[in-house]
Amino acid sequence: MRRAVFRNPWLPYALVAPQIAITIVFFFWPAFDSLRLSLYRASPFGDRLIFIGGGNFTRLLGDPAYFRSVATSLGFSLVVTVAGLAVALLLASLANARIRGLAVYRTLLLWPYGIAPAVAGVIWLFVFHPSFGVLPYLLSFVTDYQFNWFLKGWVALTLIVIAAVWKQFGYNLAFYLAGLQAIPGSVLEAASVDGAGPVRRFFAITFPLLSPVTFFLFTLNMTFAFFETFGLIHAVTQGGPGDATSILVYRAWKDGFDGLQLGYSAAQSVILMLLVIALTTVQFRYAEKKVTY
Amino acid sequence: MTRSALSVLVAAAVLLTGVPSTSRAATEIQFWHAMTAVLGERVNDIANKFNASQREYVVKAVHKGSYPETLNAAIAAYRAKQPPHIVQVFEVGTQTMLSSGAVYPVYQLMKDHGVAIDWNDLISPVKGYYSSTGGNLYSMPFNSSTPILYYHKDHFKKAGLPDKPPATWDAVESMARKLKTAGVKCPFSSAWPSWVLVENMHAYHDQPFADNRNGFDGLATTLKINGPFGVKMMERLARGAKDGWFTYGGRLNKAEALMTAGECGIFTTSSAYIGNLARASEGKFAWGTGPLPRLAGFPQGNSIIGGATLWVMRGGKPEEYKGVAQFFKYLASTENQAWWAGVTGYLPLTNSAAKALEASGHYVKNPHQKTAIVQMNAGKTTPNSQGIRLGNFNSVRDAIEEQMENIFSGNKTAKQGLDDAVAKSNDILKEFAALYR
Amino acid sequence: MDRSSAITHVILVAAVVVLAFPLYYAFVISTQSLDEVTSLPPKLAPSTHLVQNYADAWSRVGMGRLLLNSAIVALAVALGKIVISLLSAFAIVYFDFRGKQLVFWMIFVTLMLPVPVRIVSTYQVVSVLGWVDTYWGLTVPLMASATGTFLFRQYYRTIPDSLAEAAQLDGAGPLRFLWSILLPLSTANIAALFVILFVYGWNDYLWPLMVTNSQEMRTAVIGIDSLIPRTSQLPEWNVAMAAAMMVLLPPVAVIVAMQRWFVKGLIETEK
Repeated sequence: MRRAVFRNPWLPYALVAPQIAITIVFFFWPAFDSLRLSLYRASPFGDRLIFIGGGNFTRLLGDPAYFRSVATSLGFSLVVTVAGLAVALLLASLANARIRGLAVYRTLLLWPYGIAPAVAGVIWLFVFHPSFGVLPYLLSFVTDYQFNWFLKGWVALTLIVIAAVWKQFGYNLAFYLAGLQAIPGSVLEAASVDGAGPVRRFFAITFPLLSPVTFFLFTLNMTFAFFETFGLIHAVTQGGPGDATSILVYRAWKDGFDGLQLGYSAAQSVILMLLVIALTTVQFRYAEKKVTY
Repeated sequence: MTRSALSVLVAAAVLLTGVPSTSRAATEIQFWHAMTAVLGERVNDIANKFNASQREYVVKAVHKGSYPETLNAAIAAYRAKQPPHIVQVFEVGTQTMLSSGAVYPVYQLMKDHGVAIDWNDLISPVKGYYSSTGGNLYSMPFNSSTPILYYHKDHFKKAGLPDKPPATWDAVESMARKLKTAGVKCPFSSAWPSWVLVENMHAYHDQPFADNRNGFDGLATTLKINGPFGVKMMERLARGAKDGWFTYGGRLNKAEALMTAGECGIFTTSSAYIGNLARASEGKFAWGTGPLPRLAGFPQGNSIIGGATLWVMRGGKPEEYKGVAQFFKYLASTENQAWWAGVTGYLPLTNSAAKALEASGHYVKNPHQKTAIVQMNAGKTTPNSQGIRLGNFNSVRDAIEEQMENIFSGNKTAKQGLDDAVAKSNDILKEFAALYR
Repeated sequence: MDRSSAITHVILVAAVVVLAFPLYYAFVISTQSLDEVTSLPPKLAPSTHLVQNYADAWSRVGMGRLLLNSAIVALAVALGKIVISLLSAFAIVYFDFRGKQLVFWMIFVTLMLPVPVRIVSTYQVVSVLGWVDTYWGLTVPLMASATGTFLFRQYYRTIPDSLAEAAQLDGAGPLRFLWSILLPLSTANIAALFVILFVYGWNDYLWPLMVTNSQEMRTAVIGIDSLIPRTSQLPEWNVAMAAAMMVLLPPVAVIVAMQRWFVKGLIETEK
């Protein structure tokens, strides 16, 4: 625990005031409004507001489609996260070697982070385009199978997983590169003098030392896949085919916006909020323990 | 800055601000719409034409996104007490608008401002769809279409088929099979899966879609699409998907991309697609149109209207509503109706406009624009084919299309998929009805 | 170059190519004519219609204004968030005050409800303030988040106490300490945060869609939506890709230009 250093009766309040003000107006006020709305059945134009208590929640928890959406969200997020981290870690390990042009490679691998998920989605949409896309064209030489992602759920999921991993890749890579550079070379040298091969060194030393980074990236990627892929799904699959790519945040938005069932949608937001609180609390507790070396 | 330069600036400033303005500021009218591309340009055209024709009011046509996005924007704006004056709402939003209490009924608006509109001149499908039980129109018809059939003449020739559209579903199936053998990538497809293949097919064959006379007699809470007719239609399409002669192209009107690319042999979608197809196919392939195919063994009904109307929102100022009334009067004139229908391919909304187009030889130059009219005139208007009015219809349509995807991909049988669609839709409808009990 | 380095190079080059391919492909499409786009087999070499397509994309959606709006939003959000969160983190780490725990909790709980799920209510608030369709409405609500504060707080906790003690001994007040000592130390973090926030502000999709009415106020990622061929429009993917290229260039350029600080800043916070 660090000791507070400065004493001043009013300055700290002035310093936090801007953030607190914005937080209250643009976060707490809307958040409480959503919480309140989740207990009501609301008409689109707001002319009818009927209190139904937990009605929206029982409706949600009694709907198998909702649990499918939970499963889809978790599955999708896990695949994006694990695949993203594994590939990034592998490449970071390679790119960390003493080779020339490391900075160039790093630049060339980082830039997809700057592309908006929706824009990435549109580009991949065209790559996968059944009529003009290059990928179906190439695949048609190998197999007759129609990769029609309008109808085949797994194809649609694959498409958005690829687009999501592609977009996040640079970010993961940058963190792993940074983490690897923080590992003292002496530790690894000592291990190799001891006779440990590169693979052994990796699993015995590098990976454990990277675990804070891995944990941090894991939570970050999960959050990204849970929420920020909204733009991607909205632009590309719109939750289909069937409900194959209908992740929780998309569902919540769709029921509120397309379906105009604002109370029902707010209830879904509340559940999402609880999930995120759980995730963030776990991450924070873990990070706190790790920071104090 | 030198003194002389400064004095010049000051003089200029005085001149510019001091000049008395001879024109009064015109009242601005916000008109939110969902039209894109060519149609969006035409909306701008008609707004500009109105603005140029008088100086009291300025209609600002704002594209707010897709139909759902536009409706949502209007709702959010209304809740924040800053609604647009006019909003274009798709036909599935009709019940939502009617129940909302947020609208200024058009018939009332016109009466209050002494603008005479001959409501009886509206073509009967449009009048029937959008009238209240008292026979009054709550929204201004603007762009209406109905689904028709399109066919690719070059693909037909390749498959050895005569240059005639199929008239029955049996013919569609046999022709599509031949097209598939001839190597056509998309033998048959359809856009707006629910609107064309479920809603319209039921009305076209005088089958009920929902209870309470499809929602016209009161809020509907039960769908009826899983009856013998519905199952028969879906089974045929499921067979088509499995055998490869039916290519599913996505929800809403995504499948139009397939026809635009020239891949489909037979295609069903809105009659409003004609303009875009003409532009896309120019110099590439020839195509024709025909009425929707019929399923043997079921009675004759009629196809129903799709598209959107213009709703007036409460919460504006009196002088602004005067402007809205004037704008609607402008839109309703035969000359403008005929112009609008002619350049967009939407149905002419009044009998006078239809006659004017006929007289000017428009249909000689654009024969395909007549297909929809002929189809509607040949049908029989029955209680089941007047239209469909459901609360949260947008969600219902989405629920149906979601299950259609399960049927076409082979995950569910036609009966199972339709039953599930009905179950989910009933849930949605009951939620809506519970609001307005 | 020994064998293991060669392998490393090969793998890295392969990764770069795979990663870059979709973008390269998008670029190629943006140089083709409509006929070339719709014909198979797909061509992988750039064609000659670059100027035409980009000019088309530019004029059809008023790209100049869209890019300006995106720039304003991205810069305002990035700079605004950096300033606000830096000040808050400084207060939380270097002061003891009544309500500190509550303030801390209030700031960090914002991480738990992302924009998509509270968007309708946020719109209500914004319109009550009269900020719909304005730059204020586009930027200020996006500043209500704790990522920056989190980053700075982590970093400040790793700075040795001795620095602050020495400053106090020298008679420097807290603001002096912040300006002369803490700020210069934080440049790497600030740069890293700037990259992240600029990209976020530039690419945000849902909020600008809700809060703007007019085409003049829209940001680029939304403004180009009308160019994406859907359904019955001509499949002018060439124009759509040209627009996409113009929209993704600024954030990517920021990343490329600042990637050194970006990575360095992340190292600092990971310690």
